[in-house]
Amino acid sequence: MRGDLHARNLSADLGRRRVLAAVDLTLQPGLLTVVIGPNGAGKSTLLRALAGLQPAAAGTVLLGDRPVAALASGERARAIAYLPQGGSIAWPLPVAHVVTLGRLPHGERPGALRPVGRAAVAAALAAVGLAGFEGRVATELSGGERARVLLARALATNSPVLLADEPVAALDPRHQLVVLDVLKSRARGGATVVAVMHDLALAARFADRLVLLAEGRVRAEGAPAAVLTEAELARSFGIETRVTIQDERVAITPLRPLTIDENRNSS
Amino acid sequence: MNSRPAPSSDQAVPAGRALVPGLALLVVALSLASLAIGPAPIGIGTAAQALVQDLGSATIVVRELRLPRTLLALLIGGTAGLTGAALQGLLRNPLADTSVFGAPQAAALGAVLVLYFGLAGAHSWALPAAAIAGALLSIGLVVTIAGRRSTVVVLVLAGLAVGSLAGAATSLALSLSPNPYALYEIVFWLLGSLEDRSRAHLLLFAPFAALAGALLLGTGPGLRALALGEETAASLGVNVARLRLMIVVAAAVGTGAATAVAGSIGFVGLVAPHLVRPLVSHDPARTLVPAGLAGAALLLAADCAVRLIPSAVEVKVGVLTAVLGVPFFLWIIARRRAELAETPA
Repeated sequence: MRGDLHARNLSADLGRRRVLAAVDLTLQPGLLTVVIGPNGAGKSTLLRALAGLQPAAAGTVLLGDRPVAALASGERARAIAYLPQGGSIAWPLPVAHVVTLGRLPHGERPGALRPVGRAAVAAALAAVGLAGFEGRVATELSGGERARVLLARALATNSPVLLADEPVAALDPRHQLVVLDVLKSRARGGATVVAVMHDLALAARFADRLVLLAEGRVRAEGAPAAVLTEAELARSFGIETRVTIQDERVAITPLRPLTIDENRNSS
Repeated sequence: MNSRPAPSSDQAVPAGRALVPGLALLVVALSLASLAIGPAPIGIGTAAQALVQDLGSATIVVRELRLPRTLLALLIGGTAGLTGAALQGLLRNPLADTSVFGAPQAAALGAVLVLYFGLAGAHSWALPAAAIAGALLSIGLVVTIAGRRSTVVVLVLAGLAVGSLAGAATSLALSLSPNPYALYEIVFWLLGSLEDRSRAHLLLFAPFAALAGALLLGTGPGLRALALGEETAASLGVNVARLRLMIVVAAAVGTGAATAVAGSIGFVGLVAPHLVRPLVSHDPARTLVPAGLAGAALLLAADCAVRLIPSAVEVKVGVLTAVLGVPFFLWIIARRRAELAETPA
């Protein structure tokens, strides 16, 4: 199945509020695309809409050349893995059980995995550094370990598209790097990977492509160095920053929030 | 942290493999005990024999008087256990049960209104229909008020409010009741008993039990995915709205029809899933069938117990399940106080 994902003139509402307005985006296989933007910019709604979980008020989302909304739910689930923000685990389930839920779209279930499913679960656990945790009770793990279990669940589907909403928000610096490495290598393996993130430094470091969303619209997109300019960060986030580029790497030092007047001048 | 030697989900827990056959044997044993208990002294062996061959008066007592009561206890308990497991899975909440949502009271109110206005006799289909409507109203209301992301506290409070409202309306019907017979009928529904239930009651309940069971047994895969929340479940291909509708309707059908034939017998559905869940690695899908069997065993045992408790008048089984069930409810709250305060339902 093709993994290129396209938003065409996509608008979405939450209640009566328009949260996404006329978004046009193409998300390519092989690339890690990071969506950034201030709180309330519509990042999570964009991700849900791309996943086919948020109905479009206008426009469409296409997977290859097929509208995601028209896919059968099983087919969509096999094509697009989605990791929501701050996911929870309701029961004290073993780690292996939770990760195996990623195989449900393939008709596999805990206790009835095919060899390919068994391999996918083992590979996903190894990728997030949790090999050997299979029998541990997921709800008794630390927050960071739990977040990685849930990521492994999304990885285990082995889908051509992986959408992750703030996958590193709960993690310590080391595990942030571990998880972003996993996402990046998933992309290098040919998947279309999209992650929503707040940490601009990490986004700059790992993203192949950045999408800057503000007030429901795409404000800028492209390579990190092109998107993360001092002027753009002032305009979209209302912050003063020092951006330097060394060895083709963007480094961002946040300085202070801009006052409302300064903010108005910059935008 | 030390690695805990819990089984991988690929292999069933050793206890889990024997669980369903073990519970089924228990249900059979309790059913035979239930057939043997009563004013006429009939041993378990004789009772079993009376089922399959004509032993004269023993066969009449066992087949005509005790068998409907036994089968009703089995079916009502089984439906309640299955319903509790599905509701707890749907709401990701160990305190969910129709009795916590005020559904038996609302079902009783529906039945009372039908009788009160003289719309139907005690064996008419209108009675379960009205009780189901009452249960549907209360369960639907609680699930809607509590919403998708509400906390356990909101869920329980909404259930309390709906139950209180149904209770108040039933009290009103009681106080305005025109004759003592209607009063007796209303009280019967509030207390809940399997005493003197006949084949007619069994035949009235069985189709609804079958419907509720068929709906609930299909919810396993969806409930399994729902353990990770509604968004994840939807992304895994589960139609969450349809799943919710199926469970709410099945819960209303099971609870309403049970209330129509045996009055309000609560808390079996709350307790049963808790007894079996640790034995199936807490898998919401594999909790369903054992919870149904455990519910059947619980109600059969309770119905045997009320016949054995020495008292002038038989203790109502609904009273016994509530007396045992409410402390259990409080025990779950006490044990999980910290996490319940923060768990979204």
